[in-house]
Amino acid sequence: MTDSSSNTPARLAASPLEQYRAFLARGELAFQVDEAGRALFYPRVAAPAGYRGELRWATSGGLGTVYATTFISPKGEPAYNVALIDMDEGFRLMSRVESIPADQVRIGMRVKVRVHPAEGDEGPYPVFDPVETA
Amino acid sequence: MSANLRRGSAAIVGVAESDLGEVAAGMSVIDLMAQGVHGALADCGLTLADVDGVFAAAGQSRMPSTALCEYLGLKPRYHDSTMMGGSSFMTHVAHAQAAIAAGLCEVAVIAYGSTQRSAGRKNVAPRDYNPYETPYRPLTPASAYALAASRHMHQYGTTREQLAQIAVAARQWALLNPAAWEKEPLSVAQVLNARMVSHPLTVRDCCLVTDGGGALVLTSAERAKTLRKRPAYVLGVGETISHQNISSMPDLTVTGAATSGAQAYTMAGLKPQDIDVVQVYDAFTITTLLFLEDLGFCPKGEGGRFVSEGAIAPGGKLAVNTNGGGLSYCHPGMFGLFVLMEAVRQVRGECGARQVQGCETAIAHGNGGVLSSQSTVILGGASAL
Repeated sequence: MTDSSSNTPARLAASPLEQYRAFLARGELAFQVDEAGRALFYPRVAAPAGYRGELRWATSGGLGTVYATTFISPKGEPAYNVALIDMDEGFRLMSRVESIPADQVRIGMRVKVRVHPAEGDEGPYPVFDPVETA
Repeated sequence: MSANLRRGSAAIVGVAESDLGEVAAGMSVIDLMAQGVHGALADCGLTLADVDGVFAAAGQSRMPSTALCEYLGLKPRYHDSTMMGGSSFMTHVAHAQAAIAAGLCEVAVIAYGSTQRSAGRKNVAPRDYNPYETPYRPLTPASAYALAASRHMHQYGTTREQLAQIAVAARQWALLNPAAWEKEPLSVAQVLNARMVSHPLTVRDCCLVTDGGGALVLTSAERAKTLRKRPAYVLGVGETISHQNISSMPDLTVTGAATSGAQAYTMAGLKPQDIDVVQVYDAFTITTLLFLEDLGFCPKGEGGRFVSEGAIAPGGKLAVNTNGGGLSYCHPGMFGLFVLMEAVRQVRGECGARQVQGCETAIAHGNGGVLSSQSTVILGGASAL
């Protein structure tokens, strides 16, 4: 009761999300790797089951492949793409392929990351362009 | 879950829908649950005084079992508001079977209600904010299923026409169900030419948006034999999860139904070819296709060809979603309870024009989230015990 420090973990100075966004603000797509080098996304405070040891941050080379794709055409607005991208480092994320019509995004297409800057309440987030036109 | 459960130790003995479609103004989720409970108890000849276990889930109620107990004046020995989306009710059956086997309760009701149509969808179920998905504005849940469909089409050559066949079959079954929301025939061309929601899924590839609810009554096999209706024995159960968000699903063409189904088949001592009627949660056409594959009714990748040429429609080779499903009967948001209800009615032989002759076994598969939580229940009549 007199000393709680031994069972009180140090308070994190920055959340996984804020650290991730700090990388994005510098133009980098970050992910985490465990002690065996296995890639993890989305960022977490500690490794999930099946991963080994402590997590550390790493940055992606920015290249990936479209794993799955859809597009949505809201009334009175341009169609937009929603895709799952498999990054070359071995992690997957949801994103959007831009620079080509939303209905032209194809599974297997090679894509490269670009950071969509923060706007209003929304933090920065990664989007992708086809490698051919990037 | 199923490891220590005894095949056939419990049975579903009462089922009832609440009001469906678009309910009267001011009806609450708990009003609908209570209609279901009173109806399901009347179905089997029990009363509120017999109920000592209460299970409930709803998208619009934070503490549904507590709210339902207050409303009905119940003080059950055991209650449970486990929330796993549309698969909650299959999981409730498994947990109720375990609770009954452990002596924690003897007569359990499992209830659901939703007023998403009359209240307006935006008012009833705010989605979790996910900073890694929400900025991309996927239409949740439709876009998640669209992504799975895109992958299945890419990997196996599945076509939009094949997916449309699933919607058409569901509609044909619905036309045999007087309680179904949809009353008009549907063609493949109508599905393909309907408003695109999230490519490749049109609004006719998507479940309905209705109100509705209902309840089941589950009790021990011994007690079941003394009641009014033919018991639907719980022969097998299985549960698993593979992810919560679609971006964390390991393989978009393989669902957890492959795992939960295998658990349920093992416990039941049955194989897919032993199942007389198949009820799967058809949130979208692709969902039916994935579950037919993962529950072993056709090989992986063959779903598109399997559902073609009316194979799962009335008169086809496999009876699937005989009430018309979430695509054409009703879909208040968490359809799993209705999947179970139809499986029970088929095993009882109560389905009128849509009855599968000689139905002794039924599989009821529930899906929660975006292919996330998967729960399977296999039911059978006395001859299947």
